[in-house]
Amino acid sequence: MRFRKRASPTPIPASEITPYETYLSRRELLAGGTGIALGAALGFGARHAAAEAPAPLAYVRNAALSVSEPPNSYQDITTYNNFYEFGTDKSDPAARAQSLRTRPWSVSVGGEAEVTGTFPLEDILKGHALEERVYRFRCVEAWSMVIPWVGFPLGDLLKRFKPTSRAKYVAFKTLYDPKQMPGQSVRILDWPYVEGLRMDEAMHPLTLLAVGLYGKTLPNQNGAPLRLVVPWKYGFKSIKSIVRIRLVSHQPPTTWNETAPDEYGFYSNVNPNVDHPRWSQARERRLGELWKRKTLLFNGYESEVAGLYKGMDLRVYR
Amino acid sequence: MSAAVVFAACLAPFLRLAWLACHAGLSPNPVAFVEHRTGDWAINLLCAALALRPLARLTGSSWFMKRRRMVGLFAFFYACLHFTTYLVFDLEFDLGQLAEDLVKRRYILVGFSAFLLMAALAATSTDGMIRRLRKNWQRLHRLVYACAVLAVVHYWWLVKKDHHWPAIYGVAVGSLLGCRLLPSFWRKVVV
Repeated sequence: MRFRKRASPTPIPASEITPYETYLSRRELLAGGTGIALGAALGFGARHAAAEAPAPLAYVRNAALSVSEPPNSYQDITTYNNFYEFGTDKSDPAARAQSLRTRPWSVSVGGEAEVTGTFPLEDILKGHALEERVYRFRCVEAWSMVIPWVGFPLGDLLKRFKPTSRAKYVAFKTLYDPKQMPGQSVRILDWPYVEGLRMDEAMHPLTLLAVGLYGKTLPNQNGAPLRLVVPWKYGFKSIKSIVRIRLVSHQPPTTWNETAPDEYGFYSNVNPNVDHPRWSQARERRLGELWKRKTLLFNGYESEVAGLYKGMDLRVYR
Repeated sequence: MSAAVVFAACLAPFLRLAWLACHAGLSPNPVAFVEHRTGDWAINLLCAALALRPLARLTGSSWFMKRRRMVGLFAFFYACLHFTTYLVFDLEFDLGQLAEDLVKRRYILVGFSAFLLMAALAATSTDGMIRRLRKNWQRLHRLVYACAVLAVVHYWWLVKKDHHWPAIYGVAVGSLLGCRLLPSFWRKVVV
């Protein structure tokens, strides 16, 4: 049996950290030379040469919005993933996600907003100070982790696009490209993966757009280069490898809800009192721990987010 | 080929799990990993046990028929590990929780039924029992097909979305059952 190794956070002086944009442009220069030469020397095809190695990020730790529980190991977080675009086994994404090209990357923003268009990732990230936030992560399958994400509040980005008064929900879409995401050649889900939040959920200070974990850029299997993190909801709400954000006036379709409406609701807030039809949600197995622990309402973020659902029957609005 | 080879082959998945357990190789979620692998091998060996009769017919060798007990008992061995892992690490010995699971979750109910049925077959697998039960022994032990069907249904109902493995097992068990139900048709095909 494996037990948790407590992560030792070694603070990196800010002076030694390359800002994200600088890092990216440096990578671009290097990719032309070393990457290709090395790839050719080792006999790798373009598939392998394409993957970006996680690189250090400049960030400030947000202790106020971090949990004090010890984070799971980098190994656990990056080798046990649900990312069906790369296969349905937990180990598939780590093994197969190297075919995803995260550079260049752009995100299209549209719908009920004054500023719309397709923006390179660098423009999306520009002006946002990155924060490290250690969040609980609870999968609908009743396992959980603690993850030190690096990112910035989604609300700060949305404000830049000036949502109109008609914007009531935010819809997200993952990349669709079966060549890069081999799992999409099997119709297990109705690709591309889509998710959505109500506007107030999206604007909540806990809702994060993550670009990294453990101080480095996201590995592909964790949803590089840009993913959502909504810590009080089941993990599948935290959509990965986002290519489109739309502000919309009606509740948008979401992939798991469309796939099995009786099992997965639009809200999908972590709730120990509402069972999944096929298993209990009362307890969870924190990876690294042998025995199960009690699941907390809203994944332990009740004091921060319960107000969003005031007057709503959480059994109806699952 | 001696029976020892079959014994070693049936034990190998267990030894692999033991080796992985000693080398931190049971994935970040060891309980789920052990549950899945022991479940896989229970159903694999159930299918293998059922395949021995057609193999004996095809080859005309009685060697295969004589291996049924060992392979069947190994299937039960993995089913025991599977159930024990669930009982200890998921239920933490809470029998009330087991009762709730049986009532609320049909995949647990069919899986548990298969397990109890296999226990009954394992308990009556001795030479003494074969002698004592005579004709009834054969009737009783035809229920191994029911075990296999229940195991496939258990698997089918528990997966979240990707049904390709339960479907493969379904086809395998369906074919083996077909062989058994239509012996005359089957004989014609072989001859």
